[in-house]
Amino acid sequence: MSEKVLMKGNEALAEAAMRAGCRYFFGYPITPQTELAAYMSKHLPKHGGTYLQAESEVSAINMVYGAAACGVRTMTSSSSPGVSLKTEGISYLAGADLPAVIINVQRGGPGLGSIQPSQSDYWQATRAMGHGDFFLPVFAPSTVQEMADLVYEAFDVADRYRTPVVILADGMLGQMMEPVVMPEERALEDLPAKPWATDGHRGARPHNVVNSLFLDAQQLYEKNVERFERYEQIARDEVRVEEYLTDDADIVVVAFGAAARIARSAVNDARAKGIKVGLIRPITLWPYPSEAIRACDAKAYLVVEMNMGQMVEDVRLAVNGQAPVEFFGRAGGVIPRPDEVLACIEELARKEVVSHG
Amino acid sequence: MKGRVEIDEGFCKGCGICVNVCPQRILELDADTITPKGYHPAQCTDEDACTGCATCALMCPDVAITVYREVRP
Amino acid sequence: MAEMECVFKRTESLLPVVTNYCPGCTHGIVERLVAECIDEMGMGGQTIAVVPVGCSVMAYDFFGCDAIEAAHGRAPAVATAAKRVFPDHLVFAYQGDGDLASIGMAETIHAATRGENITVIFINNAIYGMTGGQMAPTSLPNQVTQTSPYGRNPAYAGYPIRVCELLSSLDGVAYLERVTVDSPKNVRRAKKAIARAFQNQADKIGYSLVEVVSTCPTNWGMDPQQAFAWMRENMLPYYPLGVYKDVVADGYANVAEAATARAAACPLVSVSKEDDR
Repeated sequence: MSEKVLMKGNEALAEAAMRAGCRYFFGYPITPQTELAAYMSKHLPKHGGTYLQAESEVSAINMVYGAAACGVRTMTSSSSPGVSLKTEGISYLAGADLPAVIINVQRGGPGLGSIQPSQSDYWQATRAMGHGDFFLPVFAPSTVQEMADLVYEAFDVADRYRTPVVILADGMLGQMMEPVVMPEERALEDLPAKPWATDGHRGARPHNVVNSLFLDAQQLYEKNVERFERYEQIARDEVRVEEYLTDDADIVVVAFGAAARIARSAVNDARAKGIKVGLIRPITLWPYPSEAIRACDAKAYLVVEMNMGQMVEDVRLAVNGQAPVEFFGRAGGVIPRPDEVLACIEELARKEVVSHG
Repeated sequence: MKGRVEIDEGFCKGCGICVNVCPQRILELDADTITPKGYHPAQCTDEDACTGCATCALMCPDVAITVYREVRP
Repeated sequence: MAEMECVFKRTESLLPVVTNYCPGCTHGIVERLVAECIDEMGMGGQTIAVVPVGCSVMAYDFFGCDAIEAAHGRAPAVATAAKRVFPDHLVFAYQGDGDLASIGMAETIHAATRGENITVIFINNAIYGMTGGQMAPTSLPNQVTQTSPYGRNPAYAGYPIRVCELLSSLDGVAYLERVTVDSPKNVRRAKKAIARAFQNQADKIGYSLVEVVSTCPTNWGMDPQQAFAWMRENMLPYYPLGVYKDVVADGYANVAEAATARAAACPLVSVSKEDDR
């Protein structure tokens, strides 16, 4: 078993991806994910892999599309403005049912925005990674260890359901150093077989075609229906969520990724003051852990995000009017402070006392 | 007969390129026939004159023409 | 009766499928030549076609090899990855002028300058066919199209791109030839060029592109013969046929050797580099 090593989040993503069997990385420089590409450029060639710096994000994602079509594990990484450019290719990956992993180490937006950490691509990641009717699994790590574990798992999920998978990290997680235990190296020969891949038929089978074009309306409709049946299966089997101190909680804070680290501190501080508060941390942002949020049946919810309020809409959908859902966020690269979140929790607790005696 | 062409009406779109390039001038579009796709297909008007040169097939954009040539003893 | 032998039939890597092309469209000729070249190399089972968006969007149904449908203009990026995964397969991109020279120009130039060991077949008919005849990056000055109804006015719409000339300056490029398929003689020449572009790939010489000056009888509003005549009269003077780059004919083994020789005065370039691909 591997021992603990101190690593940057971005490097942990890269190393774990290689251990998952990723040998083809296509990228384009952008802050704050640079260390990931640099790590790949240094280490992939030593593992017999290909690191290729593309001329653009658009090209990089289409290289991922080509490599995925050929049946290998492949990945690209970027940050918010670059991910926008990749959405064309991600839609094609979804439309052609190709497995691949896309990393977004988010920064503030919109436009060129900032290079500071942000969570402002939640809507994009969960709703709009390109045109057309599709979803894709979105993992939101909150520690460097999870950066490693989730990217490692993402490749399996991508292969199992033939879908692109997104890792939604942010500049804070990408840049921070923490001890991490790396997952085991996967043997390439043990990776799942891909009989649909365009790897050359050698006269042994009819030609394979990787394609997202279906001019016949009925045929395209049926393709979509089949894909959505797979999405139902993903929603049933792949939801991941962490619950912290929610058993007796009157107030539940919901936060993901880096914001969840801050929220957890605030929850601990509030508990020290005798407030019954817990934390729900969605690890998959799609499929969303609506059931877990509903099930804790809190008197009030507080959603903490590093944006102007995006995931809060999913929490409101989950709670469905059964309890108040408040929001606290900082955006554009400004990080919420634990004492600010604590103040929100205390305010909510006061309101609860007023309304419930 | 030195050569023979087989024109597959399922593929022929009646573009007339073969008619124009045939050195023997023995291909024409058959105005009396309409293919399932709605075209007048090419046909050979003088099978005895065909040399099997395959110029028609070389230019056919729809690979509708198969060409046979007499084997010289 | 004398015994007859078949001297011309459909090649294996061109599936017996009726294409979506209009009568007299040269796509059919070029795709047949491509399939014949692949089969003559015995590589049908180890070839990956990357097809574009445009009239040949459904060429994945026509070629017998494995095929990937790329997003508009991205075929060189997709082909790059396929070749990196399977360096010993033949990988080719088949693209039209809008796909290659407009929306996909960045992908084209960079695949070329990286010296990707792929073959690109470029159909230049100076118009967007699939969408109904709009102005293309290669439409000629004063050419009337649906979106240049008064003729392409370079003062507003700029000038056409000569792709072979443009790419010829790039160090990663091994071979560029511009051909056409308007006559039996030219079809044979075109096939030789395509065969060469595939052989270069097998020999790992570098990026090879064959530009086929083509017609669009439907959107030009002509019959196939008139279209060939219009092409000869107007397109060939603007897009002259011929070889635009050939590093092997220039005496080099591959693009790496040619590029190093060209930059001999630069000390950094002459450091020998181990191939880490």
